[in-house]
Amino acid sequence: MIETAVATRELTFSQAINDALRLAMRRDPMVIVMGEDVAGAAGRAHLGLADAWGGPLRATRGLIGEFGPGRVLDTPISEMGFVGAAVGAAMTGLRPVVEIMFVDLIGCCYDQVINQAAKMSYMMGGQLTLPLVIRTAYGTHGFKRSYGGGAAAQHSQTLYAVLAHVPGLKVVVPSTAYNAKGLMLAAIADDGPVVVMEHKFLGTAAKGNVPEGEYTVPIGKAEVVRRGTDVTLAGIGRMTHVCLEAAERLAAEGTSAEVVDLLTLQPLDEATVLESVARTHRLVVVDEDTPTASMARDVAARVADKGFDWLDAPIKTVTAADCPVPFAAVLENLYAPDADKVIAAVDELF
Amino acid sequence: MAAAAACAAPDTIAADLAMASPASPLPPRERLLWMYERMGLVRELEDRLKTLVERGVPMGPVHFYTGQEAVAVGVCAALRHDDWIASTHRGHGHCVAKGVDVRRMLAELYGKSTGTNRGKGGSMHITDVSVGMLGVNPIVGMGTPHAVGAALSARVRGTDQVAVAFFGEGAASMGVVHEAMNLAAIWELPVVFVCENNGYAQATPAEYALACDRVADRAAAYRMPGVTVDGQDVLAVFAAADEAVRRGRAGGGPSLVECMTYRFHGHHQGDDTLRYRLADEERAARDRDPLPLFRARLLAEGFDEGELDALDASNRARLDEAVAFAEASPLPGPEELLSCVYVDSPRTAGAPA
Repeated sequence: MIETAVATRELTFSQAINDALRLAMRRDPMVIVMGEDVAGAAGRAHLGLADAWGGPLRATRGLIGEFGPGRVLDTPISEMGFVGAAVGAAMTGLRPVVEIMFVDLIGCCYDQVINQAAKMSYMMGGQLTLPLVIRTAYGTHGFKRSYGGGAAAQHSQTLYAVLAHVPGLKVVVPSTAYNAKGLMLAAIADDGPVVVMEHKFLGTAAKGNVPEGEYTVPIGKAEVVRRGTDVTLAGIGRMTHVCLEAAERLAAEGTSAEVVDLLTLQPLDEATVLESVARTHRLVVVDEDTPTASMARDVAARVADKGFDWLDAPIKTVTAADCPVPFAAVLENLYAPDADKVIAAVDELF
Repeated sequence: MAAAAACAAPDTIAADLAMASPASPLPPRERLLWMYERMGLVRELEDRLKTLVERGVPMGPVHFYTGQEAVAVGVCAALRHDDWIASTHRGHGHCVAKGVDVRRMLAELYGKSTGTNRGKGGSMHITDVSVGMLGVNPIVGMGTPHAVGAALSARVRGTDQVAVAFFGEGAASMGVVHEAMNLAAIWELPVVFVCENNGYAQATPAEYALACDRVADRAAAYRMPGVTVDGQDVLAVFAAADEAVRRGRAGGGPSLVECMTYRFHGHHQGDDTLRYRLADEERAARDRDPLPLFRARLLAEGFDEGELDALDASNRARLDEAVAFAEASPLPGPEELLSCVYVDSPRTAGAPA
């Protein structure tokens, strides 16, 4: 998997994304970055003000200093316009990495994503490539607090299912600094549109050793991140960490849980999930998204269809509650899946 | 008065605009003949399609360009082969004017594997990137930011290509068009926004939907020049487009050119226009058919009638050949259902790389 890795150093998830963008921009002058405040203080360099934000998660900080405003484009608040411009740029030779600040804003540019970018290759009979990367932050805060302070219903959603649903888009959800960098480089190298979902909590919370050079983590491959024999826990993004926490506690109770990190939602790596279920005979899918028409139920349906004979118990899903994301921390904690809920689901299988 | 300007009969508009039209020198003879030939080819294509559709050949929704030929041809006459256009749902004229092969267009409409889009797009998605035609686009207004992106691409790659964003006066109410204009303006990109104001968004009159006298007035909000021209006069369209294209190519940023025009047929095949347009208005508009207007102008300039007739005959022959090509072409095989969903999806033999 690692192609040119030599030295490593500890980076956060967002620093790893930054590293990937920097390396890709150094190698290929056609790679550009655009979005709201990807630098910040646009046009004020003459006042000594530049790179005020570097993106909401600081993942693009420093890029404008190295690559200049010609390739690091701060945009006005006009998602439909600038995502559309990124589509047009990708149609005509660039490899844009466009940022939608939060996935909740997808409604402001949904046509450009699902009707334009996603369908170009197919409806134009394969006559063009569309090397477009859409980066977007998602998710609840996911840490225990006793009072308000979460981002509530319009800045905490997951929404990757409404993207994975659309044929033509690839959707990846990294979970660690290592796979964030590798999937981002794979997304930039891909000749079609790829959505990279970056969990806003993992941006700073997920730290790990990251190789200095370029490497890719393949799109369309899940990864078994913990071996076990009694039950498979399949996680997405931050939920993979929840699964690992649950697996640790289950081990103390004598239950051996295997954890599969799905990493790519479209195209989904069915084979890795099915192979795991063939070993463990039980499956719990853990998804931060709301349950109706979700990835959790999609994975469950695929395993029910193709792996029924291996199952010793019903497939369980642990998802967010079927409601908007609430503000108060006590409610947000009830809303989102956690290790307690995963363990409760596992307990029902034995 | 605000409402009246947006819906004035085309003859009134022409008289009004004549005062504003600069008396430009005539383009070279070769260019004029190309315009004549292309306008005729668009008309011939649409006439054939209309006959075929009425005969029952299934072509899905078709939005005829008839009546608006001077806009597509006048604008594209100002472009280079390597410039780009982003089109609208009513895009056949743009395709022909930018140089898309009518045989492959016909084949696409027949849903044949030899079509521009291998039979996977149809009328509303005809695209030929090799001639800079970035796509007929039936989600109203959504092609405009693609032109902005193409112009950005030219900037980053260090070329002097220009991109044209065609849109209708109906799309002028779409937020994305305003976003695209704002982006092009703040980044000073070589984009020419061409509004084809044919007076109607489906069955909704422009004077109802637009809170401005002219769409071109909105250019002022985006710090770009905006002009309104007689869209039935191909030379007026060309003069305005040529100026805007030259400005963009020279680094002068975007422009807006509004072309007052009229669609002679319904919004799509089978649309009864007399439910929302008066017969008198339609008659007056047909009296200003851009093809005979231009032919008369060329004859007045001393062009040989036989030469123009020969171009008409050649267009008819091209359409005969195109229809024959489309009808003889193979249908897509079942393997095409799942090809090209992703850029790295398996491709069938002969698929464009």
